[in-house]
Amino acid sequence: MARSNKPIVWGPFAAGGTLTAFLTPALVTLTLLAGLGHVPDVLAYESLHAFAVHWLGKVALITVIFLSLWSVAHRLRITLYDIGVRADSGVAAVLYSAAGLASIAAAVFLFRL
Amino acid sequence: MAEEVSRKPYVREMTYRWIFRHPRYVRYMAREFSCLFIGAWTLMMVWGLQQLAEGRASWEAFLEMLRSPWSIAFHCLALGFSLYHTVTWFNLTPKALPVQIGEAFVPDAVIAGAHYAAWALLSLVLLKLAGAY
Repeated sequence: MARSNKPIVWGPFAAGGTLTAFLTPALVTLTLLAGLGHVPDVLAYESLHAFAVHWLGKVALITVIFLSLWSVAHRLRITLYDIGVRADSGVAAVLYSAAGLASIAAAVFLFRL
Repeated sequence: MAEEVSRKPYVREMTYRWIFRHPRYVRYMAREFSCLFIGAWTLMMVWGLQQLAEGRASWEAFLEMLRSPWSIAFHCLALGFSLYHTVTWFNLTPKALPVQIGEAFVPDAVIAGAHYAAWALLSLVLLKLAGAY
């Protein structure tokens, strides 16, 4: 049987696409409200700090960030191919690495709390 | 040894211009480009976590930055594109996950509708828990 890494790449893409479909509009609304001067309770320093210090909060944040960024990276890779960028393996390496590194950075920041 | 190939096959030029040949292609690209806004917003949140880890003053400065006109404009675009992602994703879900009961397939509208209902409920609960209203 031919070996392929497609399921490994595609699994988190589908999971991230579903997660962002369900969560991102509400999450963007939260930071939009903060920008409009109506800061939601959860974005106050004490409550967000308390949320992010808890291990469950850390797991939730890292999961959302990693799956979101991975699905974005995958979709951007396919889109770049569609608009004529043919260096697919290079594009894939850069985008997936960026998604992974940003997620690791988020984890590092969380464990500094 | 490879046979010498003397013919010159036609190689179709690949550019981004095909996008504008049909409104369907433009909608497809709008869907695909929604990822740029979702990605940018998520990276902004990673930066926010860095600011949170720095301490209260940095976090308050981050909140202050959210109030800039650029940030508001970006958020409006990000909200629009993320909603477009949600709508297109749920409309495609019945194609990716067809549900069969007995001989018949569950109609697409039922599967998509169930996702919309769950999404609306989840968003309301999330915004309520976050103290947005």
